Amino acid sequence: MGVNMSKVLGLIFANMHDTTVGELTKKRTMGSVLFGGRYRLIDFPLSNMVNSGIPEVGVITKSNYQSLLDHLGSAREWDLARKKGGLYILPPFGSGESTLYRGRLEALYGAINFIKHSLAEYVVLSDCNIVTNMDFKPIVEQHVKSGADVTVVTHTGNYTSDETNGSTVLNADEDGVVKSVLIKPDISGKCTLGLDVFVMKKDFLINMIQDLSSRGYVSFAKDVLQAKCGELKIMTYEYTKYFSRVINMLSYFKANQELLDTENARQVFLPKRPIYTKVSDNAPAKYDLDSNVKNSLIADGCIIEGEVENSILFRGVKVGKGTKVKNSILMQGTVVGRDAQINYLITDKNVKISDNHILSSEPSYPMYVGKGASV
Amino acid sequence: MYNKKECVAMLLAGGQGSRLYALTQTVAKPAVPFGGKYRIIDFPLSNCINSGIDTVGVLTQYQPLVLNEYIGNGQPWDLDRIHGGVHVLPPYQKASGADWYSGTANAIYQNIPFIDRYDPEYVIVLSGDHIYKMDYNKMLSFHKEKNADATIAVLDVPKEEASRFGIMITDDEDNIIDFEEKPANPRSTLASMGIYIFTWSKLKAYLIANEEDENATKDFGKNIIPDMREAGEKLVAYRVDGYWKDVGTIDSLWEANMDLINPNIPIDLYDPAWKIYSRNPVMPPQSIGKNAVIQNSMVTEGCYIDGSVEFSMISDGVTVEEGAVIYDSILMPGCVVKKGAKVEYAIVGENSVVGENAQIGMRPENMENRDDWGVAVVGHNVNVSDGAEVAPKDIISEDI
Repeated sequence: MGVNMSKVLGLIFANMHDTTVGELTKKRTMGSVLFGGRYRLIDFPLSNMVNSGIPEVGVITKSNYQSLLDHLGSAREWDLARKKGGLYILPPFGSGESTLYRGRLEALYGAINFIKHSLAEYVVLSDCNIVTNMDFKPIVEQHVKSGADVTVVTHTGNYTSDETNGSTVLNADEDGVVKSVLIKPDISGKCTLGLDVFVMKKDFLINMIQDLSSRGYVSFAKDVLQAKCGELKIMTYEYTKYFSRVINMLSYFKANQELLDTENARQVFLPKRPIYTKVSDNAPAKYDLDSNVKNSLIADGCIIEGEVENSILFRGVKVGKGTKVKNSILMQGTVVGRDAQINYLITDKNVKISDNHILSSEPSYPMYVGKGASV
Repeated sequence: MYNKKECVAMLLAGGQGSRLYALTQTVAKPAVPFGGKYRIIDFPLSNCINSGIDTVGVLTQYQPLVLNEYIGNGQPWDLDRIHGGVHVLPPYQKASGADWYSGTANAIYQNIPFIDRYDPEYVIVLSGDHIYKMDYNKMLSFHKEKNADATIAVLDVPKEEASRFGIMITDDEDNIIDFEEKPANPRSTLASMGIYIFTWSKLKAYLIANEEDENATKDFGKNIIPDMREAGEKLVAYRVDGYWKDVGTIDSLWEANMDLINPNIPIDLYDPAWKIYSRNPVMPPQSIGKNAVIQNSMVTEGCYIDGSVEFSMISDGVTVEEGAVIYDSILMPGCVVKKGAKVEYAIVGENSVVGENAQIGMRPENMENRDDWGVAVVGHNVNVSDGAEVAPKDIISEDI
């Protein structure tokens, strides 16, 4: 059965989970957190929507969204600079009762006129904390076929309490019908985790937002999924492809490191479903006479004179002679001088580490150096 | 009514580039990949926009498909403009008939209506086969200061190389008094860089006159410049310092790529104030494997490198498998070098595949007879089967 994806509206929540990686989102949204050498987290859901044939996407923002606006620009790089459809950035409306939102539902209320104006029949909602190459078409197809009111994308696996705490855990029957919902539970073991990707009919979504908002409800997870799971038909869509989740600083580090495994990278960076991002016209990376780079992801514009191992270097990073960089993530414009040693470090944009410094941390707690800092 | 443009650039990109053999069989020379993520034409186009020239006509007639698609609406160079921008200008049919461009001057002649749309004071004529960074605006100021009718950019070259170029002979005030094409005994060391600025009203008159002369070859160097000199127009030489290279041959294309890697050669692609723009591929960062050794090389996004790469230029989307050796070579976009293969002093074209343990080219020190040594070339979309060999100086364009 074919679903016409040109009748699907995409909605991305750029600020959800901001507090979970507090240091990284101090001056930016979750969606604009740098990832994987040349991307920002929003590139993943946005590219996935474009590659799934969704012609119209709204990005719901809340605060700190300057970097997001700069990144998205006219959305030409995602092929969303269109006359019909394309990308819409939806900052908080800021008048009357809708101001800075507290939950997804309230955020949607602020964007309700945009949703109403869309000619779409279905809506796909996604957060920015999942790194994957997800095709939304089979998910929408299952949603239509099953006659569900809400479809929730899930993954069943063994999770630690760190991973479940901060997420939604769903209990579904054999047919995938959700029977109960736990929000931020402290449990571990085999369970079905919600990946914060939802499909609904547009009219259903509008009615629900209007009805619940008028009664003061703000949370989609609590006030819809949990409170109405007997009343509504909520179905799971079990996602089986590779993905990683960013739920705290350590998982951010690990999700980046996982891309060093070429098998994972191959599943995320599919040549026919590319992950788009802003172009910055850097020259190719330059490897000097004494450079030694192994098991790393290197972006264009880097100049490497030292050693780099198990690391991710964003655009325009410089590594001086005699310096050793191991197990680290160096964001755009980081400059490491000569004869320095770095291990388990995350540097934000434009960090400077001067000659002869030794900065070393542990696998369980990578050290973070804030934007523009000089060490 | 839009404002007039002070200066319009006309970029000659029609040359077949026959001395690049297999590399220009299906693409025009200006569209040949260069420097990892660029094509040759990115250099003059980026120079234009960085110099504040936002109206560029690109004259093409040989294998224009790749070039047309590459330039597109000009957005990567910020040349997608409401008025002006970049326009690809192939020969076209007119009421009086249709003609191919029969020479560089004829190509401009046929596009007089294009230039007149912008009503410019000056026209800068550029070629699409040179690698250099240059502020054309400074040259334009010089042209105006000197009150010249034509200004020709010149480079002071070593005396022993002067006989390879068109040489300008000047007086003390840089007025061009004579010139010689590839002279055996050069009278000066000022070589023309193929960059001309003309006062448009003058050039237009000479183009029309030249067109009426049936014996003329319709070429800038052979007709227009000599005609202007004979008529006593003011021709001046504008001296340029810095890196400039014609990449019209296999050897010079290979050398120019190697120059980018050489820290002693003054062409900086990392200067944020003078970026060279290109149509960027949508690819992930380069993935460097556990067995990789990369030294003295440039590598572009989308590559997977697990072999050894030294003194080489690796373009976007290239795969170098474990145990493969790339030495002093250029791998163009999308090519694959399989396990155990050796590519030494060679150019491998776009999307070509070098099979396991194949050998492309050779280091000169391993040659019995050094005279047989030269850069080996594998054309675009060629499959080299496992264990096959391509000797130095060989150029192949079919699967072996």
